[in-house]
Amino acid sequence: MTTLLRATDITRQFGSVTALDGVSLHLEPGEILGILGDNGAGKSTLMKILTGYQPPSSGQIWIDGAEVALRSVDHARSLGIECVYQDLALVNGLSVTHNLFLNREILRGFPPFMLDNPAMRRRAREILDDIGVNIPSVDLEVERLSGGQRQAIAVARAVGSAARILLLDEPLAAMGARESALIIDLIQRLKGRGDMAIIMIMHNYAQTLEIADRIMLMQHGTVTYEGRAAETSVSELMEIVRRGYRAARSA
Amino acid sequence: MSSAARGAGAGGVLAAFLRWREASIILVGVLLTLYFQAANDNFLSSDNLQTLSQFIAASAIIACGEIMLLICGEIDLSAGHVFALSPFLMHFANAAGAPIVPSLLLALVAAAGIGLVNGLITVKLKVPSFVTTLGTLYLLNGFTLTVSHGSPVDTGGSPGFANIMGASGYAEISWAFAIVLVMHFVLRQTRWGLHTIAAGGNLIGAAEAGIDVGRIKIGNFMLTSVLAGFTGIIEAFRIGSTDPLAGGTPIMFLAVAAGVIGGTPLAGGSGTILGGLVGAIVLGVLRDGFTLQGINAFTFDMILGGAILVAMISNIHLGRFGRGRAS
Ligand SMILES: Nc1ncnc2c1ncn2[C@@H]1O[C@H](COP(=O)(O)OP(=O)(O)OP(=O)(O)O)[C@@H](O)[C@H]1O
Ligand SMILES: [Mg+2]
Repeated sequence: MTTLLRATDITRQFGSVTALDGVSLHLEPGEILGILGDNGAGKSTLMKILTGYQPPSSGQIWIDGAEVALRSVDHARSLGIECVYQDLALVNGLSVTHNLFLNREILRGFPPFMLDNPAMRRRAREILDDIGVNIPSVDLEVERLSGGQRQAIAVARAVGSAARILLLDEPLAAMGARESALIIDLIQRLKGRGDMAIIMIMHNYAQTLEIADRIMLMQHGTVTYEGRAAETSVSELMEIVRRGYRAARSA
Repeated sequence: MSSAARGAGAGGVLAAFLRWREASIILVGVLLTLYFQAANDNFLSSDNLQTLSQFIAASAIIACGEIMLLICGEIDLSAGHVFALSPFLMHFANAAGAPIVPSLLLALVAAAGIGLVNGLITVKLKVPSFVTTLGTLYLLNGFTLTVSHGSPVDTGGSPGFANIMGASGYAEISWAFAIVLVMHFVLRQTRWGLHTIAAGGNLIGAAEAGIDVGRIKIGNFMLTSVLAGFTGIIEAFRIGSTDPLAGGTPIMFLAVAAGVIGGTPLAGGSGTILGGLVGAIVLGVLRDGFTLQGINAFTFDMILGGAILVAMISNIHLGRFGRGRAS
């Protein structure tokens, strides 16, 4: 099997800030890669580069073994990359349905630019029922939903697409226990489909070790640990984090 | 649907009506009309209705553009000066030998070009649109006064064409209704409308979803300019003469006021074209009603100011109960 996604030596500068300083990763089909790291370590920046939202300052990206220059979110999406951003990217004033289909609306055949709202509404209901998200109405504006429900909508948006590579930036932030369980269950079912690979950025070490197949730890724009989840312990990771913290302080 | 809609009787209907976004402002319009008709029998006479319709048409059309811009988080202060310039461009093309229809189209293309410049400066050079269009406002004003030497000219065109474009009694308001309907459809039923709302509601989120928000904004600047230019042209046909001092900031602010009174917040992310039409009607009724009563323009301005404040306060505070969507 070819590696689904590979990135090598990715760097990204914001003025004098180096958000990413030579990060490499690979992702195999059917695998969940968990990325852990401190606030500001560069995790979201890496994510945004992989979705075509921002270009890297340098480095290469391969999909299915072919090098690509991701030009835009649409371009990455056409290659099967879908993302749930940390800020969720939901539009408050729009309905659940319109958020689910934002920028990939179902259009009527005629006139060609007209929205097919009934079809989108039906499909939205199906997607939400399918993943077991409890939302009273798909016509509700998302600003009236709870934090957990909003998160679920954002995940459902990515899941409802034809993605092969799913990037989740802190999918369990702001989730209650029930909603967390629901999203974890959803992620595991997606993994079970076999054709999809998932990268998830997380803050909870124990939870990540449970869900992910492989773990990467990022600190100050570099990868300081990588290994199989089964062979990694929380205390080991904590030790590396502490070491990095002490090094930064004495520097 | 809610229990209120199911519960038969006047109470249920009223509750359903009040949930409709444009309801309160329609109510105000009806009450004002009843009041002015009671105060003056001529208010609903056909002569006066025609005058009233002409008051309303210009601000309603420009409001369609301004509302789209307000929804995506921008504003165009220069629209009133595109209004003034466009009929001159048509006049010069016509005087240079081009037939009237190509001259008109040329003027609209030029208007689109002005919108493009407004949009590019705002989006690419990141100058807030309030400042960008303040700049183009003065530029256009000076330019129009220079090329026109400050004096009016005849609009031109055959009488038949002039009638269609605005000279006959209800031509202008017919254009206004047609444009409002199309723009209402564009906002509520097309991708363009949805992406306009998304760009104003969550700029970064819309971009993360892959929407080219810059293109949406630039497109709406161009749309607003074209609508303002078109309005200037049909006004020129109605009056029969093209005046360099026509339009300007008063018509632009009237259009923005119509949008705001009709329920489009300045904050972006939501808005209503039909509300803008209703807002334009209410402002027209107010101005025309007071004119009939012999109340002068100064008083009208004070009332307009009060109306904007009341509309905004009620938008923000009454909008919280039952915010149903008109779509
Ligand atoms: N658009 C930007 N402009 C300037 N600096 C940026 C920008 N985006 C990110 N940065 C900087 O890059 C660094 C990495 O940010 P990033 O958002 O990738 O961190 P993160 O690992 O996702 O953190 P968190 O866990 O808090 O979400 C930070 O120092 C941040 O300030
Ligand atoms: Mg982050």
